[in-house]
Amino acid sequence: MRIQLALASLRQHPLRTTLAILGVAVSAAMLLDMVMLATGMQESFRSLLTRQGFDLRVAPRGTMPFDTEARIANAAATEAALARVPGVRTVSPVLGSTLHLRRGDSVHAAFALGIRPAMQGDYEVVEGSDVAGPRDVVVNALLLRAIGARVGDTVQAASGYDPQLRAWTGERTVVVRGVARFFYLNAQQEAMALPLDALQSLGGAATEDQVSVFMIRTDGREVAGVRATVQRDVPTVSALSTAEAVASLEQRVSYFRQLALILGAVSLAVGFLLVSTLVTVSVQERLGELAVMRAIGVARSSIALQVLIEGLVIASLGVGLGLALGAVTARFLNDILKDFPGLPAAMDFFVFSTGRAFRALGMLLVTGVVAGVIPAWRAASLPIATTLRGEAVG
Amino acid sequence: MSPDPMLSAVDVSRDYPLRRDAVHAVRGVSLEVARGEYVAIVGPSGCGKSTLLNLLGAIDRPTGGRILLDGRDVTTLGDREATDLRLRHIGFVFQRFYLMPMLTAAENIELPMAEAGAAKAPRRARVRELLEYVGLGERAGHRPSELSGGEQQRVAIARALANAPSLLLADEPTGELDAKTGHEIIDLFARLNAEGMTLLVVTHDAALARAARRTVHMLDGRVVDDGTP
Ligand SMILES: Nc1ncnc2c1ncn2[C@@H]1O[C@H](COP(=O)(O)OP(=O)(O)OP(=O)(O)O)[C@@H](O)[C@H]1O
Ligand SMILES: [Mg+2]
Repeated sequence: MRIQLALASLRQHPLRTTLAILGVAVSAAMLLDMVMLATGMQESFRSLLTRQGFDLRVAPRGTMPFDTEARIANAAATEAALARVPGVRTVSPVLGSTLHLRRGDSVHAAFALGIRPAMQGDYEVVEGSDVAGPRDVVVNALLLRAIGARVGDTVQAASGYDPQLRAWTGERTVVVRGVARFFYLNAQQEAMALPLDALQSLGGAATEDQVSVFMIRTDGREVAGVRATVQRDVPTVSALSTAEAVASLEQRVSYFRQLALILGAVSLAVGFLLVSTLVTVSVQERLGELAVMRAIGVARSSIALQVLIEGLVIASLGVGLGLALGAVTARFLNDILKDFPGLPAAMDFFVFSTGRAFRALGMLLVTGVVAGVIPAWRAASLPIATTLRGEAVG
Repeated sequence: MSPDPMLSAVDVSRDYPLRRDAVHAVRGVSLEVARGEYVAIVGPSGCGKSTLLNLLGAIDRPTGGRILLDGRDVTTLGDREATDLRLRHIGFVFQRFYLMPMLTAAENIELPMAEAGAAKAPRRARVRELLEYVGLGERAGHRPSELSGGEQQRVAIARALANAPSLLLADEPTGELDAKTGHEIIDLFARLNAEGMTLLVVTHDAALARAARRTVHMLDGRVVDDGTP
């Protein structure tokens, strides 16, 4: 009967109730999105960096991490030196460069990765097969579309265009073996991958015996120790552990986190104000009814409960709607942010975690109940005779 | 006075504190009502009738004096006990009916029973019985806005009777009704009293006062005449 009375009171003003529920839904959606954003970037980046199981990233010494221009010379010797370091299990060299793909009259510049197919961690093949021989390439879907080719087609790969001579320093015919998805590249970037030797020789003197980074898997012993040994034994490189990279990133995104938490708290406050406003108004205009109920013997606790249920109903419906709304807006915003230039396509900003989402929305539900406490207390402690008298006059 | 005083007020007063002095709405009223009596309280507007009725019904608390219901001092009860007393032992009927607008006639009558913790099936049966009793068997599903004033007051009386109280208090129950409709209420009260209900009615309505077997006259917060007409 209390639930019935609470629902009846909400039904009496369908428009007002609907608006309040929508308001709570918006604040729930905002809260959910902020919770997803607060940890999403960090988690997504962490999984991106750790997914391939590489523990160390070895770059030319004296360069900034993730500087794509700098190269390590004497790649073969360096690789051998790295492989000799105790604890190193796999060394995966990667060379980044630019290649031009020619097909008929069209020429397309694309980012090219030279890798060892068996140990690379930069892409996964989504169609066709991986590169095997020196004349094989895989391209991403964007590049495939741009050159108008299909898996199995033959194209000309060239590098080192000289505008004076109108000639290429290196050129060879390659076969598109498959379509790949590159984890660390932006979705808007046309990209391809081919065996490291092939890319090195295509570039001529500019890339011969050079790599951009070595990715290293250790055999499970302490990464910090392996890192120190690499630093000591191979003077031309510096090594950064994945754990350090994650930590440094976490520090950088902590501003995001704080911002998201503040905005989340604001949504909670908005939810609180909405529910308490509605419940207060609803109590205010039913003072007479409430006093009559008290007069005929309805207990204070029943009255209070009835008012609290009103708040809870609004909060629950709003949260339910907000869950859907939040999920939709998060996906929409995520897609926009993913296209941001320079960010890896596999990176997400909004990551849904059921546990966290339910905790946040649970907090909003509790807020909805708490918002009803003051009006409930007010309703329960009405002076009966005086209120009835006031109502009779009005 | 009476051999079996169901309700007795002993030197009851009620002051309303105002800025400087106080309004003495009820000043030292003593009154005894026996089980099965039908009493009308009359007097000019502002003489303290409603205030007294609220005190007798444990809706309000006196500034002085004692009120005993079935020998139990109701003025010392805490809110919980006073509320329970109103729920189970006293029925209230108001001038303006005061039904819950969003509930149907049946639900309005059910409300005090639900509050008293009665099970659904007996609740429903009792509602049907009460609606028949007040002559509104066909109007169970109607909301107050769909009922006439007289019908609403009959639903309110049914609600007051829901938990089978021993005492029925009514504050100008015919005040909002025309003479003909008022008579239906007067007849209903007479029937209730004939069946043993103790009734205490505040009224300006001469017909209703005549129907009562005893009339208490009030003036300026005091009982000035207490006897059968
Ligand atoms: N809550 C209150 N605060 C201040 N004064 C009050 C309050 N309630 C009643 N009074 C005063 O107490 C006196 C008695 O009021 P009461 O309502 O009991 O009169 P009444 O006999 O029922 O009048 P009526 O016939 O018009 O209903 C009046 O002077 C009134 O103004
Ligand atoms: Mg009055």
